[in-house]
This record gives sequence, C-alpha cells and structure tokens, in this order.
Amino acid sequence: MLQTHSLTAAYGQFKALFGVDITVKAGETIAIIGANGAGKTTLLRSITGVLRNDPGMVIHKGDPIGALPPDQVMQRGIAMVPEGRRLFPSLTVEENLIIGGHKRRGDGRWTLDAIYDLFPILRDRRASPGTALSGGQQQMVAIGRALMSNPDLLLCDEISLGLAPVVLRDIYAALPRILENGAAMIIVEQDIARALSVADRVYCMMEGRITLAGPARDMTRDAIHAAYFGAPAQVHP
Amino acid sequence: MIWLDTVVQGILLGGLYALFAAGLSLVFGIMRLVNLGHGDLIVAAAFLILTVVNVLQLNPFLAALLAAPVMFGFGWALQKFVLNRVLGPDILPPLLVTFGLSVALQNGMLEVFSADSKRIPAGPLESASLALGPINVGTMPLLTLASAIAVIFVLNRIFYTTALGRAFRATSDDAVTASLMGINPKGVFAVATGLAMVVVTIAALYLGMRSNFDPSVGPARLIYAFEAVIIGGLGSLWGTLMGGVIIGVAQTVGAALNPEWQILAGHLAFLVVLIIRPRGLFPRAVD
Repeated sequence: MLQTHSLTAAYGQFKALFGVDITVKAGETIAIIGANGAGKTTLLRSITGVLRNDPGMVIHKGDPIGALPPDQVMQRGIAMVPEGRRLFPSLTVEENLIIGGHKRRGDGRWTLDAIYDLFPILRDRRASPGTALSGGQQQMVAIGRALMSNPDLLLCDEISLGLAPVVLRDIYAALPRILENGAAMIIVEQDIARALSVADRVYCMMEGRITLAGPARDMTRDAIHAAYFGAPAQVHP
Repeated sequence: MIWLDTVVQGILLGGLYALFAAGLSLVFGIMRLVNLGHGDLIVAAAFLILTVVNVLQLNPFLAALLAAPVMFGFGWALQKFVLNRVLGPDILPPLLVTFGLSVALQNGMLEVFSADSKRIPAGPLESASLALGPINVGTMPLLTLASAIAVIFVLNRIFYTTALGRAFRATSDDAVTASLMGINPKGVFAVATGLAMVVVTIAALYLGMRSNFDPSVGPARLIYAFEAVIIGGLGSLWGTLMGGVIIGVAQTVGAALNPEWQILAGHLAFLVVLIIRPRGLFPRAVD
C-alpha cells in the first residue's frame, strides 16, 4: 500500500537520504532500525509530507503523494506519532485526542472511548493539560491522537525514547490491539530487540541508505551489527 | 463624585480601546503576527460602513452587519495571498509588509474618500444618556463597552469550545504537528485573519459613530490597540480588555487633572505596567 522509490531528501545542502526504497503491505508491521543520524526520522518526515519530495518518490495506494502537504497525506490515512510526542500544550488530554480526529476518516473503530479503553489512565487525566502528564502517559496520548483519525498506516517515531522499561511494556502491550483492525505500522526504533519482537519485516538504515532488509525472524545478530555499524561484529571469546 | 464619574468614563472608553485591540490580539495569539496596518484597516472598515449607510440609507448597525462579511473576505484573502507568504521564522518580513499595507491603505483612502473628516451618523443615539445613580453615562459608550465584552466573550468561546478554536490553539502551539493532524495551518491563519476583520468592523462602527475620522487616524488607533494587547499579556483576550480599560481610565484621570495630559497619561500607564510586569498582566503563551 505504500512504496518509496529512490527517495532522496536533503536539508539545504545536507543530503540525508540517498535513494531509499521501502515497501509496506496492508496489515504489516515494519521496523526501521539504525543509529542516530541514519535517516530514519527523515524517512518518516518525507512520507508524511513535512519534507516535500518529487511526487513519484512516495506512492500510496497507487497514487504519487511525495509532493503533498502533511494535512493532505494525513487525510489519505497516514497518521504519525512524532518523535518527542509533540503534544499541544494549550490543549487538554481529551482535546489533544479529539484534534487527532480533526479530519476523521469514516466510522472507524477508534473513538475517544476506544482510546480510553486502550489506555485507561488517560480517562482519569482527560481534563489535564497534555504536557502535565508523565512521559509514558504523554506517549499514550500521542499514540491515541494518531489513532483518532482511523489511519490504515500508523508511523511511530522513537516511541520508546526516554521512557522507563515498565512504561514501555504497557505501550508495546497495546500494539497488538492497534493492529487488530488491519492497520499497517512503521516503527522507528533504536531498541533493536523490541523492534524485532513486534515487526514482520525490518529495514536497517545507515547514513541515508538501506543496508539490510528482510523478515524479522531471519535477522541474525551479526547481519544487523554489520548493517547498523557498517562493520562485521567483533567476536569476543 | 467627579472622580467616580471620571473613572467610570475611563472604563467605558476602555471598551473602545479593547475593541480596537481584540482583532490584533487574536491574530497575534494565533500566528505571532503583528499587523501594523490594523489601525488603518479599522478606518477602512469605518469608510466601508459609512458608504453602505450613505448608499443604502441604512441604520449604521445594519450597515456594519453587511460590511462584516466583506471584511471577513478581505481579511481571508489578505492572509491567504499576502501574509501567509511572508510568515516564517523571521519576524521582520511580515512587519514590513503590514507597514507597507498601512501606507497603501492610508493613501488609497485619501484618494477615494479625500482628507475631509467624516462621521457615521447615529441619530439620537449620539447624545443619549442614562442616569446610573449619582452619575450619567452615555448610551453609546455603554454600548461600546458591552460590545467589547460580548466580542471578547464570543472569541473566547470560539477559542476554547469549538473545533475551530482547537485548531487555532494547536496551530499556535506547533504548526508542523498540527499539519500532521490534518490541519492546514495556512487555512487556519486565513480564517483567523478573516475573524479578526469581523472584530475590526465592530470596532470601526463605534469609532465612526463616536468621533470624526479621516484616512490619517489609523496609526494612533494602532498604538492604543497595541498598548492594550501588551498590558493584557500577549495572547490573552480578557487581558486585552483589561489593558483597554487601564489605558481608558489613565486617559480620563489624566485629562481630569490637566486636559493636556490625556494622551500622555495613557502612554505612561502603559510604561508603568511594562516596568512592573514586562510580560503583561495575564500572559498566556510562554514565548
């Protein structure tokens, strides 16, 4: 349902992506792993339209969307959980969720109540300012906010960054329920083990290129190490 | 009793300044844009109302009702085709463009309406008054303050209870993330400026009925509006009303002490507030 074709992206003179090709099929969970600066976030920014590209570089359901602005990409059913959560400080938790459904698509399953069932703690904090919550709760709001548009492709950028493991477990425990209704997901992660545990397929990026791609279950430690750092793993006896 | 009267007249005058300021406050609160043409837009709207009154022989309030959608459309187009192109991380380009707009509007109005001072005829309302206990207040100033309160009440309702208001606040917080929610920030800005021009029309109605105006009086209205916004705290609409009232009271008290001090006293009150509370009385935004 989504492909990128020789996707290149640059910030001014600085080229961040050099011909990236990825494919996402309906219902699939893709993990994109790689070190800091590998281009993972740039890839998501290109897909969502925050960075504009040539139209044909991003194809969604057969249509070229590489040059569409983010609000139009979003209305096609591609929702984003941005890095650092980016909740709106002037909005309450509930308003943050509602605004995620500002351009709601159809009568999908995600409603305010469904989000509160997924993350019950948010129901109690619904009237608090979004930024008054703990990091984990904010992440729940950010995920709920993206789901409110009933997307069929959900992009999650570094949802584990800066969160305690116990909080992360709760968030990752919610993922299967998110996937139940057939949405596809792209997860950008630095936590490789966690990425491999939820993903169907994995792309590893380094310096703006895909260095490894394949089914998650076939990934070996050495192959990932080589793709991640650009050198074979040192074997310590 | 003269002091009570002075303060009450000042509060009522503050209503007019709050009306001048409300549109400015709205636009600044949402897109951090200072529109230096705001005062001239008020004068332009006053000429528009006057023209409708003269051509259609309408009551000024009805004429304003007709002028409001025209001004909304003008504001929407101004934002969409001009101001959106210069909004960005650098605050200087929009300032320069709106300064140019101010000059262009003044000269355009001079060309079309001449330099003669005009007034929107309001009939018996111009001199009507009401006895409130020991003092008499003009019906027109009372109506002005009531309108200012109503305008700010309605704007606040829009801001905090409607989908449009949520989009306003979200875009103001973080335009990029708002666009990821399916909001088109530039479209939101265009609607906000259109709304501000509706408020400008209401301000123009009272400006034109209460005093004479000509194409050159815009910049002074901008100064009062600007001071009211700063006193109230950037982005706070009720603060803007408070700011207008503070300037109004300072002016009437100053005038009561010595008629030469009226304008000066308003500006001094502004400076005093800046010294004590540099971010204004009720700042909403953190930046």
